[in-house]
Amino acid sequence: MARTILPFGPQHPVLPEPLHLKLVVEDEIVLEAVPALGYVHRGLEKLCEVRDVNQMIQVVERVCGICSCLHAVCYCQGIEALLSLDVPPRAKYLRVIWGELHRMHSHLLWLGLFADAFGFESLFMQCWKVRERIMDIMEATCGNRVVVSVNVIGGVRRDLSPEQCSWILEQLAIAEKDVKRLQSTLLTDYTVCKRTKGKGVLTGEQAYQLGAAGPTLRGSGVAQDARQENYAAYGGLEFAPVTEPDGDSYARSAVRFRETLQSIDLVRQAIARMPGGEIAVTTKARPQGEVTMRVEQPRGELFYYIKADGTKNLDRVRIRTPTFANIPPLLAMLPGIELADVPVVVLSIDPCISCTER
Amino acid sequence: MFTMTKNVVRNLLTKSATRLYPFDVREPFEGYRGRLDNRIEDCIFCKTCQVKCPSQCITVDAKAGTWDCDPFACVYCAICVDHCPVKCLFMDNTHRKPSAEREMIHLQGTPKKKKTPAAKAAPAQDAAPASPAPEGEAAAPQAPETPSGDTK
Repeated sequence: MARTILPFGPQHPVLPEPLHLKLVVEDEIVLEAVPALGYVHRGLEKLCEVRDVNQMIQVVERVCGICSCLHAVCYCQGIEALLSLDVPPRAKYLRVIWGELHRMHSHLLWLGLFADAFGFESLFMQCWKVRERIMDIMEATCGNRVVVSVNVIGGVRRDLSPEQCSWILEQLAIAEKDVKRLQSTLLTDYTVCKRTKGKGVLTGEQAYQLGAAGPTLRGSGVAQDARQENYAAYGGLEFAPVTEPDGDSYARSAVRFRETLQSIDLVRQAIARMPGGEIAVTTKARPQGEVTMRVEQPRGELFYYIKADGTKNLDRVRIRTPTFANIPPLLAMLPGIELADVPVVVLSIDPCISCTER
Repeated sequence: MFTMTKNVVRNLLTKSATRLYPFDVREPFEGYRGRLDNRIEDCIFCKTCQVKCPSQCITVDAKAGTWDCDPFACVYCAICVDHCPVKCLFMDNTHRKPSAEREMIHLQGTPKKKKTPAAKAAPAQDAAPASPAPEGEAAAPQAPETPSGDTK
């Protein structure tokens, strides 16, 4: 059969994101993929010229619903660096707790969607059932399920009482049991292995050269995690980046699965080591200068560039999200695979196109 | 190969994990940010909420004593609640019902009382013998308006 160009997306039954790929196929084997973006551009970066520095926290939280807390953490840390603010240690630990809860719910959501991509509906429902418990923790502690709005410049807005902490630990113990119950299915089931092992292989060198981020990079055996930079309270916690050597879709899902358990452990450590004291410092100073800030999102490294000119509005906010970094590796994964595996491989980088286009 | 079977059987034998939502509603969590409301009788119409709101969904008219909010534009961040100086704004922990039509929250309160010229004149007359006093007294009633002018 001659070469055919097949449009894939922007709306595809298994992809929740409007990603459009032009696939060059020959006999159902993908030869090349060309991405087309630009379906959900919202102009959020431009809003920084209208909204003031504090109001921008709520704007950046809406770049991505799934990792809203970490966007706010990154932005607030950037502004705090410009103002040379000392954030109270308790606020740093609280940021870690909510950030890790976000990572957990993002990974569980993705594991469910991934199971759904190869038609494992029951596993999809199981993952989302566990995720619901994490969402309840966030609703009870922050007041909202997804966009938690707890970060402010100089700290956080809500505190955790000892009763809430012990309730979180109880809930996490149940969630951990539920996640572990899914372990054998997610990692050893015949159907799952058949659809994911050896699909979309990215070697460690390729991943590094193409600038992959997050589980896509760690799934190829490169132990690199922005949390190792010890922002927030990560310096006081013990963890090591989760890596898998194979670089295929299975390795990426295994990394995410193990990171979910790691996040539960990190929340436990953070609650155990959380000091008392203030949760926020206030300032009336206006930021001036420019700064770059990195945090580790569930999908990978998030990068902010902020330029302020001493007025109440910022001059420029540039956001580079992990999906943007993961698109070149995705294009390297696709050639050589069967057309039927394209949705699984595309989903294996956890694409968030709303993030990428802002 | 049948690793999921245990889970499936357990789910069949145990209680449903979901609720029949409209008939069975879970108790809301205490701090849930469900719905923005205002105890209008306590409101001083200082416009702080209007200025701080990230989605700019609140409109306050100090002269007419009205407080309007567009609940469809509200992002339920509770920034206005945190900044309210008299704590008349609050978040109810039950969420707003879905609506087929656009609706606005329109609250009418009592506008701030301005000191009448008669009230101004009385202390001014008393203080008349001291020459610089009348000017000082005349400027004083305008002072409360200045902060609201700044916050715009």
